[in-house]
Amino acid sequence: MPVITYREAIRHALAEELARDPNVVVLGEEVAQFHGAYKVTEGLLEKFGPQRIVDTPISEAGFIGMGLGASMLGVRPVMELMFWSFYSVAFDQILNNAANVRYMSGGQIHCPIVIRGPANGGTNVGATHSHTPENVLASHPGVKVVVPATPADAKGLLKSAIRDNDPVFFLENTILYGLEGEVPDGDILIPLGLADVKRAGTDLTIVTYGRCVLHSLAAAELLQKEHDISVEVVDLRSIRPLDLDTVLASVAKTHRVLVVEEQKPFCGVGAQLAYMIQREAFDELDAPIARLCTVDAPAIYSPPVEIEQLPNPQRILNAALAVLA
Amino acid sequence: MSPTAASSVENKTDVPPARPSPSATAPANASLAPEAKIALLRTMLRIRRFEERSLRAYQAKKIGGFLHLYIGQEAVAVGCCSLMGKNDHVITAYRDHGHAIAVGMELNPLMAELYGKATGCSKGKGGSMHFFDPSRNYWGGHGIVGGQVPLGAGLAYGIKYQGLKGVAMAFMGDGAVNQGAVHEAYNLAALWQLPVVFVIENNGYSMGTSQARSSAGELAKRAEGYGMAWGVIDGHDLYAVRAGMDPFLRAAREESKPAVVEIRTYRYRGHSVADPDPPNSTYRTKAEIEEYRRAKDPIQVFQNSLLAEGVLTPALAEQIDTEARAEAEVSADFAEASPCPTVENLQQDVYWETDHPAERKSQGRLFFD
Repeated sequence: MPVITYREAIRHALAEELARDPNVVVLGEEVAQFHGAYKVTEGLLEKFGPQRIVDTPISEAGFIGMGLGASMLGVRPVMELMFWSFYSVAFDQILNNAANVRYMSGGQIHCPIVIRGPANGGTNVGATHSHTPENVLASHPGVKVVVPATPADAKGLLKSAIRDNDPVFFLENTILYGLEGEVPDGDILIPLGLADVKRAGTDLTIVTYGRCVLHSLAAAELLQKEHDISVEVVDLRSIRPLDLDTVLASVAKTHRVLVVEEQKPFCGVGAQLAYMIQREAFDELDAPIARLCTVDAPAIYSPPVEIEQLPNPQRILNAALAVLA
Repeated sequence: MSPTAASSVENKTDVPPARPSPSATAPANASLAPEAKIALLRTMLRIRRFEERSLRAYQAKKIGGFLHLYIGQEAVAVGCCSLMGKNDHVITAYRDHGHAIAVGMELNPLMAELYGKATGCSKGKGGSMHFFDPSRNYWGGHGIVGGQVPLGAGLAYGIKYQGLKGVAMAFMGDGAVNQGAVHEAYNLAALWQLPVVFVIENNGYSMGTSQARSSAGELAKRAEGYGMAWGVIDGHDLYAVRAGMDPFLRAAREESKPAVVEIRTYRYRGHSVADPDPPNSTYRTKAEIEEYRRAKDPIQVFQNSLLAEGVLTPALAEQIDTEARAEAEVSADFAEASPCPTVENLQQDVYWETDHPAERKSQGRLFFD
């Protein structure tokens, strides 16, 4: 199976869907001539031309709203946010218009739009550029939220997102763009809302998504090697729709749960998950559900401290040992 | 002022004498058949009688939430929408009843929507500010000031991307022109030469703040900063609206040229029904409103012109008005008799996928409790 980067996997998904469906257009800041701020869209302008790959001005409210309006007429825009952190300047378009227009029209309208871009900390860019808004986004009925952790998932989920008839918000990670992994060739789709057990285990379930999947897998290796603890890692991949069944099956096996997320604790995705797990599987639990989040402060700049603010393998390992104590 | 008194304004005797509008012979109007002119008058009257009836329903607590009445502004929506071709699209803000009727929506589903009924145009899920009918190229009905304007640019983008000859009319109020999203949409439209005409319906007040107290400079002239054409139109005269809009719409359709047009109009009622009429209004006088009603009422102005042209007789005018009142009454009866949506309907029309379960491709839970 070919080994490509997460960045290339997203690019392949875009290229394949652009080739498949003439309604697909890619718009965003620097996506065409500059080849993408993170080079995700490199080569697409040359291949598909300026009608399909469109540089926008720095004008998120304008171009996201514009893409949404075009989607109502059947265009399928894939909009790049250079950082998901910039969603705040387009909040009204993303969460008042995209999330609500189908409902307010009594189901007469649907908006097949994808908004994609990185949403992560860990790159020392400070609080304004390090937001992880998956919880904010997913709290709005009408939208779908996807956070892929691996190249294969990024490709398969993005292709599904582009074909979806609802607004899909696709949260990538700048640190993962260079990550290599095996990605099947061809038209492989991964359905939204299907979690993936990235590592099987028997003593503890770590439920996580995004880059924290990699940290959790690293922690799981250490726990196995140094403490003889067998950890199962469940990668949600999609926050809304949410695959609770895979999570509950794992809980029924391990009876202990740690939720790991690159989110602030308050009203994070893990809070909702913990509530759902205790409600559905209370009798399966041998310990309180634990959470490991980003330390509850705006993202710090200081590089060594930012590593400790975010979930990392050592913090996850410590949190896991606490659950098992 | 009672709604009954408001509704009798067109029949006042101290109105200006019947004379043809100077715009009646403009190219956009010269070819209008008499029946088409009568139809335009009828549409304006249907809007007014519908809204007067809705106000009474609101006062009787049949309607909840906000109710932003269009009374006084009818010539703007009717004039603009009467110029629509099959690839032309409309989007507007929350004062959206007039545009809905102007594009051809029936009164029954509109009144039912106000009543929150399942037979409403949005199944009772949108309310007054959120009327939609994509089958008539009517894309709402949007509640946030200026928020619909980028969507309007997007409709134009869609038209252009699909290679169609059409135009999107993106309506907004004079209060919207200071919103950032509006300027972002202006820039995109000009940059990419999108076939969109931004229509500022200037009724003089952004809620209770007059234009002089809210906006610097001339509203439409801001288009110059983006290299777009612009114009100012008298919105009290339906013929003038058509004559003024037609060249901008043609330039958008034929040459993909965007424009900003200010149409000067006036609303007789408050910003919403919660905004009291004089003498309790804090920002305008009864005399000001009365002067507009007397001299510039769009229905009266158009009716006068049609009388002078010999297209309309007083008897026909009265008949049309009687029919409009009756139709509005029927719509209220329809709304009253209709069922409300159910709690089970709450989670329908949220996701396309859950509304089309046979075609669903995603898995997992889309709703939470």
